[in-house]
Amino acid sequence: MQLVVDGKRHDVDVEDDMPLLWVLRDELNIKGVKYGCGVAACGACTVHIDGVAVRSCQTAVSDVDGEVTTINGLGTPDAMHAVQEAWVEHQVAQCGYCQSGQIMQAASLLAEIKMPSDAEIDEAMSGNLCRCGTYPRIRAAVKTAATKL
Amino acid sequence: MGKVGTIARRTFLIGAAAVAGGVAFGVYKVRTPFENPLKDGLVDGSATFNPWVLIDSDKITLIGSHGDKGQGVMHVQAALIAEELDVELDQVETSFGKPDKAYWNRAMAEDGVPYLSTDRGFAAETTRKVMGGALKLLGMQGTGGSSSVPDSFVKLREAGAMARETLKLAASNVSGVPVAQLKTANGKVILPDGTELAYTALAAEAAKLEPVRDIVLRDPSEWRLIGKPMQRLDIVAKSTGTQAYGIDVEIEGAVHAAVVCNPRQGGALNGYDATEAKTMRGVQKVVDVTGGVAVVADNTWRAIKAAEAIEFDWGPAPYPAEQSDHWAEVEASFSDDRLDKEWRADGDVDQALAGGKAVAADYRVPYVAHAPLEPLNATVLVEDGKVTVWTGHQIPRMLQQQVAAVTGHDPEQVDFVNQYMGGSFGHRLEFEHVKLAAEVANQMRGTPVKLTYSREEDFAHDFPRHIGMARGAGAVKDGKVVAMDLSVAMPSVINSQMGRAGISVPGPDTQISAGAWNNPYSLENFRMRAYRVPELAPTSSWRSVGASAGGFFFDSLLDELIHEAGADPLAERIRLMEHDVSRKVLEAVGEMSNWGSPLGVNQGRGVAFVESFGVPTAEVIEVTNTDDGIRIDKVWVAADVGTVIDPVNFENLVQGGVIFALGHAMNSEITYSDGMAEQANYWDAEGMRMHQCPEIFVKGMENSDKVRGIGEPPVPPAAPALANAIFAATGKRIRELPLYHHVDFV
Repeated sequence: MQLVVDGKRHDVDVEDDMPLLWVLRDELNIKGVKYGCGVAACGACTVHIDGVAVRSCQTAVSDVDGEVTTINGLGTPDAMHAVQEAWVEHQVAQCGYCQSGQIMQAASLLAEIKMPSDAEIDEAMSGNLCRCGTYPRIRAAVKTAATKL
Repeated sequence: MGKVGTIARRTFLIGAAAVAGGVAFGVYKVRTPFENPLKDGLVDGSATFNPWVLIDSDKITLIGSHGDKGQGVMHVQAALIAEELDVELDQVETSFGKPDKAYWNRAMAEDGVPYLSTDRGFAAETTRKVMGGALKLLGMQGTGGSSSVPDSFVKLREAGAMARETLKLAASNVSGVPVAQLKTANGKVILPDGTELAYTALAAEAAKLEPVRDIVLRDPSEWRLIGKPMQRLDIVAKSTGTQAYGIDVEIEGAVHAAVVCNPRQGGALNGYDATEAKTMRGVQKVVDVTGGVAVVADNTWRAIKAAEAIEFDWGPAPYPAEQSDHWAEVEASFSDDRLDKEWRADGDVDQALAGGKAVAADYRVPYVAHAPLEPLNATVLVEDGKVTVWTGHQIPRMLQQQVAAVTGHDPEQVDFVNQYMGGSFGHRLEFEHVKLAAEVANQMRGTPVKLTYSREEDFAHDFPRHIGMARGAGAVKDGKVVAMDLSVAMPSVINSQMGRAGISVPGPDTQISAGAWNNPYSLENFRMRAYRVPELAPTSSWRSVGASAGGFFFDSLLDELIHEAGADPLAERIRLMEHDVSRKVLEAVGEMSNWGSPLGVNQGRGVAFVESFGVPTAEVIEVTNTDDGIRIDKVWVAADVGTVIDPVNFENLVQGGVIFALGHAMNSEITYSDGMAEQANYWDAEGMRMHQCPEIFVKGMENSDKVRGIGEPPVPPAAPALANAIFAATGKRIRELPLYHHVDFV
């Protein structure tokens, strides 16, 4: 089957029920996407399908019917997306392992709601677990990113 | 024999490491520096001045030997070297380096000795020196116990200064200008006429010189970096998905492995049927490992899926099967024969309580999982005469020993390539996952094996924080607290943890009493006894270790007594606090939170103070009792670490520590049924999520005369401050964690 990931077309020969997460990580070697729980409970694996945030660990590859964007395609160290720039400005990350998912979730939120309220930020981001506890900085970075987009 | 001699002949628990005392070692041996490991394989024209600085013709490499679990310690180590080396952080590369005795931790002895951190007397200081010497001889390289900053603060600035002065000497030799007329900045030596000689261009000349050892560290007023907000070295990579962790290690030709071991931890594997698993796509091998089975496949998901398809016949757990039996054992441990140590016997507690106890209560803390977001993993390649291990770990040299014991190599033949860690909270002090990867790789010599735990396997084999219980009583008189009697019973987490590494640890466990005996109050009557519960479920150090439990016990009891006395919770703590630095921390948090100002009808404010890892830390929490449950509105934290190295990273770590602690205090526990942890994934034990996160205001204080680390100290006061705030808001005193058993949270 064919997948378009970060603007590039790939042919993959895998089981229909292989989660998109593992196709990205192990078959296409796109390692910015993280495995955290495998059951859509932590959000570390969040990617966009046609701009909308989905949990790639619970998305069978055969169900993917749009273009996939990962953290590595959202922006790069030399050309960061506004959300990534805000993450740098607020120095959000500690271990950083959840932040790919947090950033993808935030980018999806801001594509939908230009200036989200605190309650809307909490609602959109509460599915993304951060074990280090960077939530205060995530909140601040989402607000900063909103002003830049 | 004097007290010092007696103590030196016993065994101390140094953070997570055990150091056997009684070894006679001469002053000379202790003073002798280790060889610089960077000299190994050094190419011509490259210069190394000490184990932390390596410069060649095209780059400057700084070695940060402490593992980075997310606390930003690689950045902090680089900044300390750069401060004296006169390089900017964007001019250097960093490396965790190789395991080596030269990277022994000079600060782990500080808090491992059974003395108050405020005790600077002869016996305390002598014991610290003796234990520090023992750690050096052992070459104890480790990251833990919030010791990285105290270990690094002087030695890494010295390393930078040594390199700088040697480079100046090299520049002097090349230019003929006396050293005294040379300046340094931005990775260059600058001559009086403005000519700039890059360090990289001087490397070949510097390599011919003996490193200059006659150095003077700069006065704090001259610091360019320390104390100023910096951009963390890893922040761009961690904001763009380009930071590689252990789980991302990609080795040519590697296969993917998954394991399932007996969820009754340490129980036997009686048999299994892998018929179906072996037929599944991509599966290459099914191999036996200690206590379980590993599946080797061409893809992580295929390996995990096939491992889940195996049918197992497991043996029983080597500990009580039901949680209620664990508690029964703890409750039965307040007996003379299980007394581990009486840590405090100030005044006459019995007499003070004879007039009546104002409070007599039991307190409990549960098992809690570390569950770092990056699941445990390790990549291992076993070859004849060499083993290579890629993973993130906190104790590199012990890892070498543990792996060597599995594969039959010498520890020196184990090459360890440390990785950035996606969290740890203590879990990456453990070796089981690395040993299992080594077991599989040893059965497939020549093929790199990458083992990744499923989240469920990670939870089932988490080695949680120990459970514990306290019996507390106290007396009040004339509006004041006059006596506290606190007995704590816990299994020895250090014994459990070090036991798995094959190290037996005699002597009292400092982590049964931590957070409960050492708070620098001057109560006239104070007794603190620690009781050791026989090992139950296997446990491991969890961010702030014993203080995460002891702090809750001590401060909850104190808060109850203050309320019984009718005193103000903050004012009475301040009155009782003799230690100047700690009193200022309490006063600061009072000012920050505007303590005493009016609150709404359903609001409450709680304060707690716990000293851990030498850091006095006070927290005030404000909650509202809403129709939907308790909402945590705001938290204020003041902590004294002597010197704040990077205020941004400091604030982030304090906020994170508070969130980690509150999330578990509210929501999380591990319980056992049929010998297995009942919590299998994050929905069972998730800590805090964003919608529950309060505003957190942080003040780093610098009155202490010793520089300390901030990774763990924010954790212990958070749970009691929250319970105290809930009492203030609702009148309900909750004496056990997690709190959700007794109140709802928004």
